[in-house]
Amino acid sequence: MSFQVEHEIHKRRFGRNLGVGVLLVGMVAIVFALTVVKVTRGMPLKGFDHVVEPELVPVEPVE
Amino acid sequence: MTDFTAQVPAAEAGFGDYVALLKPRVMSLVVFTAVVGLLVAPASVHPVLGLIAILFVALGAGASGALNMWWDADIDAVMRRTRNRPVPAGKVQPGEALGLGVALSGIAVVMLWLAANAVAAGLLAFTIFFYAVVYSMWLKRSTPQNIVIGGAAGAFPPMIGWAIATGGVSVESALMFALIFMWTPPHFWALALFMKEDYHTAGVPMLTVTHGRRATRAYIMVYTLLLAPVGIACALSGIGGPLTLAVATLLNVWFGVGAWRIWQRDEAMAEADNYAVEKAVFRFSLWYLFAHFSVFLVEAALKSYGLGGW
Repeated sequence: MSFQVEHEIHKRRFGRNLGVGVLLVGMVAIVFALTVVKVTRGMPLKGFDHVVEPELVPVEPVE
Repeated sequence: MTDFTAQVPAAEAGFGDYVALLKPRVMSLVVFTAVVGLLVAPASVHPVLGLIAILFVALGAGASGALNMWWDADIDAVMRRTRNRPVPAGKVQPGEALGLGVALSGIAVVMLWLAANAVAAGLLAFTIFFYAVVYSMWLKRSTPQNIVIGGAAGAFPPMIGWAIATGGVSVESALMFALIFMWTPPHFWALALFMKEDYHTAGVPMLTVTHGRRATRAYIMVYTLLLAPVGIACALSGIGGPLTLAVATLLNVWFGVGAWRIWQRDEAMAEADNYAVEKAVFRFSLWYLFAHFSVFLVEAALKSYGLGGW
């Protein structure tokens, strides 16, 4: 006895799942690209954590 | 032994039905005008950031389309032009359209903010709100001015594009907004003249239904005359130049002649040639907008070679 699984509705569901999968991968690629561009544009990457780091404090010109 | 009965829904949506919810044809116009707004702005954007920003402007436009289809499913089912849309056709449940619209709106606005800036994201959020709530929910079924005020929703994309590049608004971006805003009424009323039964059957108070077809013809003439100075003002602004002025003058004269011909006709004449003039003006109005924005782009390209502009 064999089950006939290839109903038309299975194809439609597969198409839907494939579409969602492609969109999710695309979203990951977009966020990754956005991150790479933002990071490589030379903005300061280092910030304060829990301790003040003196080298990050802007130096005020002495009058 | 137990018998199983497979319960297969009458119509189950395919991926394409969810894409159709986003009104891809409207999205293409949104993308085009937003790209022009972005490229003619006097500031450069990193190409990857620009591409991602435009993608999410398109997604935001699609989200507002899904919200519109959720809200308007009852009248879409009545109109011949829209009865095959996924919700009235029973392929997508109204709740799914609402969920998709809300989720994509949120994603689009947040991602545009990350890729560009808060001004662009704010304008996109306002556009979605304007189309889904102000136009679809408040105006469309209550006033014959629905198209006039609702046209603002379609007019925001070049302003968003400009904001992506510059982080603000300006006279030029306001003029691009005004061009689409003033163009929308004559464009849709020309359509309403030859899609005559649809809006009437659905009870949507289009001008043709509330004020009659004679008045609609006059309104098309008036709005086309009001549109012309906006087109010329765009050509005289920072995004224009001699070429833009020449093209804008031609386009506006041509559109004006078309509107004049519509105004001079009555229903008997229109019936006799199956609304040939109305259909021709409707088609031309699409080219009108496309040509205007294309020439802004050409002018910007010429400027980079030291040629175009004032």
